[in-house]
Amino acid sequence: MSILIDKDTRVLVQGFTGSQGTLHSSQSIEYGTNVVGGVTPGKGGTEHLDLPVFNSVNEAVEQVQPNASLIFVPAPFCKGAILEAAEAGIKFIVCITEGVPTLDMLEVKKIVDGLDITLIGPNCPGVITPGVGKMGIMPGEIHLPGRVGIISRSGTLTYEAVKQTTDLGLGQSSCVGIGGDPIPGSSFIDILELFESDDQTDAIVMVGEIGGSAEEEAAEFISQNVTKPVVSYIAGQTAPPGKRMGHAGAIISGGKGTAEDKIKKLNESGVVVAKNLLEIGSTIKSLMS
Amino acid sequence: MNLHEYQGKEIFAKYDLPVSKGKVVTSLDEVEQACTDIGGSRWVAKAQVHAGGRGKSGGVALCDTIEEVADFTKKWLGKRLVTYQTDKEGQLVSCILVEECTNIADELYYSAVVDRSSREVAIIASSEGGVNIEKVAEETPEKIASISLNGKDVSKGDIEKICSTLKLNETQSSQMEHIVRKTVSMFFDCDLSLLEINPLVIKDDGNLHCLDAKINIDSNALFRQKELQEMHDPTQEDPRESEASKYDLSYVSLDGNIGCMVNGAGLAMGTMDTIKFFKGNPANFLDVGGTATQERVAKAFKIILDDPEVKVVLVNIFGGIVRCDLIAQGIVAAIDDVGVEIPVVVRLEGNSAEKGLSILSNSSSKIQSKNSLEDAARTAVELAK
Repeated sequence: MSILIDKDTRVLVQGFTGSQGTLHSSQSIEYGTNVVGGVTPGKGGTEHLDLPVFNSVNEAVEQVQPNASLIFVPAPFCKGAILEAAEAGIKFIVCITEGVPTLDMLEVKKIVDGLDITLIGPNCPGVITPGVGKMGIMPGEIHLPGRVGIISRSGTLTYEAVKQTTDLGLGQSSCVGIGGDPIPGSSFIDILELFESDDQTDAIVMVGEIGGSAEEEAAEFISQNVTKPVVSYIAGQTAPPGKRMGHAGAIISGGKGTAEDKIKKLNESGVVVAKNLLEIGSTIKSLMS
Repeated sequence: MNLHEYQGKEIFAKYDLPVSKGKVVTSLDEVEQACTDIGGSRWVAKAQVHAGGRGKSGGVALCDTIEEVADFTKKWLGKRLVTYQTDKEGQLVSCILVEECTNIADELYYSAVVDRSSREVAIIASSEGGVNIEKVAEETPEKIASISLNGKDVSKGDIEKICSTLKLNETQSSQMEHIVRKTVSMFFDCDLSLLEINPLVIKDDGNLHCLDAKINIDSNALFRQKELQEMHDPTQEDPRESEASKYDLSYVSLDGNIGCMVNGAGLAMGTMDTIKFFKGNPANFLDVGGTATQERVAKAFKIILDDPEVKVVLVNIFGGIVRCDLIAQGIVAAIDDVGVEIPVVVRLEGNSAEKGLSILSNSSSKIQSKNSLEDAARTAVELAK
């Protein structure tokens, strides 16, 4: 079994009829994902992309039994959308939207943890199990079913790691973009745990970046709990302190969250850190042969 | 988004927090009236910039006469203040905060921040104020109380821990409880990411007083903080950075000579690192975003080229959502439109990359297209020499 998405995943799309929802839902369907319908308040009863549209997640749950939700609603409404899915009993939620207020996430994170829900994002590319299905905005065609699990805080940097492992013929078991926000729904540790117990994953690539201490915490977890080889790359080695580098979470503040500290901690924990972006694929290959 | 000290103190006052009586002056003419309104015979004049370390850089002065306040105002207004937290250009001083003088018995530290590890708001308080808190944390951690709240709740135990670390007496402890509860309400009401009072002082009469106010608002929440959004002072930002933000481009200016245009924040950082790895120097961080249109690409070029240091532009696009052929058309149009005189090295990968590369190779001689990041980065570094 793969992690998070498998052939039994029935995906509901919140924010289904908007431009992002439409574009990425149709690409997900084309990739083979089992999308069972969508939610757009006020448009219930209509059809979109040949699938039923509902006014609420509850209605959708009653009629088409989704077990996962993919969210594209605008940032001011994300908190409400995530909580609506959570209260309707959905246990796996992926929120793509960028720009969700941090204090909204602080509140949401507490509630979803209490309900034993896996939330990925916000501000992330989503999750893909190559050859099975995708919930997100990543280009499906660069992926190849295989044995490397990829976790990342960044979108396009994930694609870079994916492409390198595809070009080398290694392929990916699953790829999870946890997002670049200060309070993500799932952390590196949550996903490392899934990959460690996943029999389709032989090795793990963890793409981190400056800011916060998620990589340091992951390093600690890896040294205690992960037996599979882990390769990491940390973006932002040349970033100046005090400046937000695009992602809300990517900022070196008060001398904390530097790439240097993260790389040191990862090395000490037995993680092989790729010296540069171009060597992620070759480094993981050398550990797998 | 950062606020000035005087703006922070305006909000503090609304939350009934103890701040000094003060007036903001933006011209020399206003000084006398301000001093008279405040009253007393000693004043503190503080240059208003979005950076710490003002005191050590001469940006704060204790004045015994109105003339001294006027001299300070003349010296700083319209000038740039350089502190250890600014770049070498410093920050523009467009106003001065004049305050009544506070007699200080002791300096403490207080802050509230979103703690990413505990995913809670954390309060940090220390008996060592007016200094760099990171240094205190390293050298004398016992002087710091660090508390992770449970949502918006502040418990009696939290208050006790703070007051005992700060060695406060009973009256001060009840004042501290007021400060903690009010700042926590303010933190949630105003969507803050940081609230810092350094120093929080004990006055010679024994009362607690907020001598400084540093506030940072979560930019993602500005849609519901209209009043705070209006306090935004664009003069405190790099002009290219604020121009970029108007077009939803994230741009950070750096001191190298290779201009970068990349889609995605992570890849943009990765591209800078790659340039550095090949011994080049990036001139900027620029994320054109996932929906890079021709207009945005053109705007991005303009902003990059506005930096006179830039000798070559490296464009690195991994097309996921965005189609590389559209980006390529955007680049060609932007180069025509903006009149780019320097070489542009382009790496396109992913969605419709081949189409994009063929569009580029049939266009301007200024463009060198590469299909690997390594090639592109090496070429850009070579051209920038």
